[in-house]
Amino acid sequence: MRVLAKPAAFTPATPEEILRPVNPWVIALTFLLGFLANIAPASGVVLALKPDFLALVILYWCIQEPRYVGVGVAWMLGLLMDVGDATLFGQHALAYAVLAYSAEYFRRRVLRFPLWQQAPQVAVLLMVCALLVLLVRVVGGAPLPRWTYAVPPIVGALLWPLVSVLLQWSQRPSRSPAQL
Amino acid sequence: MHHVSVDPPPFFHRGPSPLARLAFFGALSLMLLFADTRYRYLEGIRAGAAVVLYPLHRAVQIPGETLAWIGGYFAAKQTLSDENAALKQELLARAPAAQGYAPLQDENTRLKALVDVEARFADAAKAVEVLYTGRDPFTQKLFVNRGSASGIKPGEAVIDEIGVVGQVTRVFPNMAEVTLITDKDHAVPVRVERSGVRSVFFGAGAGRAPELRFMAPTADIRVGDRLYTSGMDGTYPAGLAVAQVETVERETGQMFAHITCKPLSGVDRSQFLLVLGQGVAQVPRPEEPGEADGVKKGARGKGRRGG
Repeated sequence: MRVLAKPAAFTPATPEEILRPVNPWVIALTFLLGFLANIAPASGVVLALKPDFLALVILYWCIQEPRYVGVGVAWMLGLLMDVGDATLFGQHALAYAVLAYSAEYFRRRVLRFPLWQQAPQVAVLLMVCALLVLLVRVVGGAPLPRWTYAVPPIVGALLWPLVSVLLQWSQRPSRSPAQL
Repeated sequence: MHHVSVDPPPFFHRGPSPLARLAFFGALSLMLLFADTRYRYLEGIRAGAAVVLYPLHRAVQIPGETLAWIGGYFAAKQTLSDENAALKQELLARAPAAQGYAPLQDENTRLKALVDVEARFADAAKAVEVLYTGRDPFTQKLFVNRGSASGIKPGEAVIDEIGVVGQVTRVFPNMAEVTLITDKDHAVPVRVERSGVRSVFFGAGAGRAPELRFMAPTADIRVGDRLYTSGMDGTYPAGLAVAQVETVERETGQMFAHITCKPLSGVDRSQFLLVLGQGVAQVPRPEEPGEADGVKKGARGKGRRGG
């Protein structure tokens, strides 16, 4: 008897679970949602804490699906973010391209760990991304930001397990392996 | 790992290596950065993309606006009636002044005609609402809900009910970017109300107090002095409140006094702003040779040199 799976609980996929291939439209949709989350208006504490959601989504797909999402896609999304934020043309593009490259470089290493242990590694990658933007802006004559500039990458890393589980949603098998 | 690995073996051709791609896109980014900071070639593309993205910007605001509307709907009736009573009293208190206003205005018109001065503001001051604050932590900017379709032009001054907030620096059809007076690359020529001393008010970036630079240690400035626009730049009309002096440090060894101020207007709080049209009475600024930028002043020129 075929039993439809209970909707996957908010847990990461177990190692036995075989994920279904991803639908490219799902990837595109998650990019759109990440972008919308980034340009959503915020002020005060929320603005100071708000991580770069688009960078998180890019990082996730670069690690999980390097055949679909790589340096080029990340670069174009960065360009979109530059327009959305009205920042310098190319600053996010450069940062996201480097992010995608380092994700591709480290993906086998990152995937070896459970989600909560991936988070510190993600923090480092996001921090590099933020430092790159900082470098570009400071060279361009901007003042050094306050120390709170380092907070969003850390918040992003803390959200990493949650984001991973959410993005994995569409790939969870519709039947639990026990019933196959 | 739990993922079905479908990676082809490395001998299948998969296009350029990631490193080659990174080098290509990295170089492209640097070129874009250079073109944007140095020559501002890309304003057209930016404007076009901003138009395309405008619906998205509006869409992400709907949840917050809805919540605010619901909150406002259920605002305590008591608060409203109290406010109403207070406003009525205030109206009464101001009645004498209001009744004297018409003759004063007549007199004013006659005097102006006498000295042949044109109206200081073009009559088109436009009320705008803040859409969102810029997410960029390196600049102090915000976006307002009207743009070139409403006749807003780059360079126009933006004020709130208390004083100067900033200057329009970029205009899109339905949106305009306002650089705040606290931005690092922004400067406002000011005059001290008490002593009439002229100075220039420089923003210092987020979280840092704006300064009056290049003031001699002997300059007649005290803590608590209020600063008004002097109107000398032709961007800000004279007589708008800007800031209040917070600290004055005079060290004998230094060439200049170190003076920090606090903006008077709700630079980071005001939701509703007023964009002042360029006054017709202003003398046009002489063309600077070799300056490609249309937008003048520190908001553009200064910081770009470094890039």
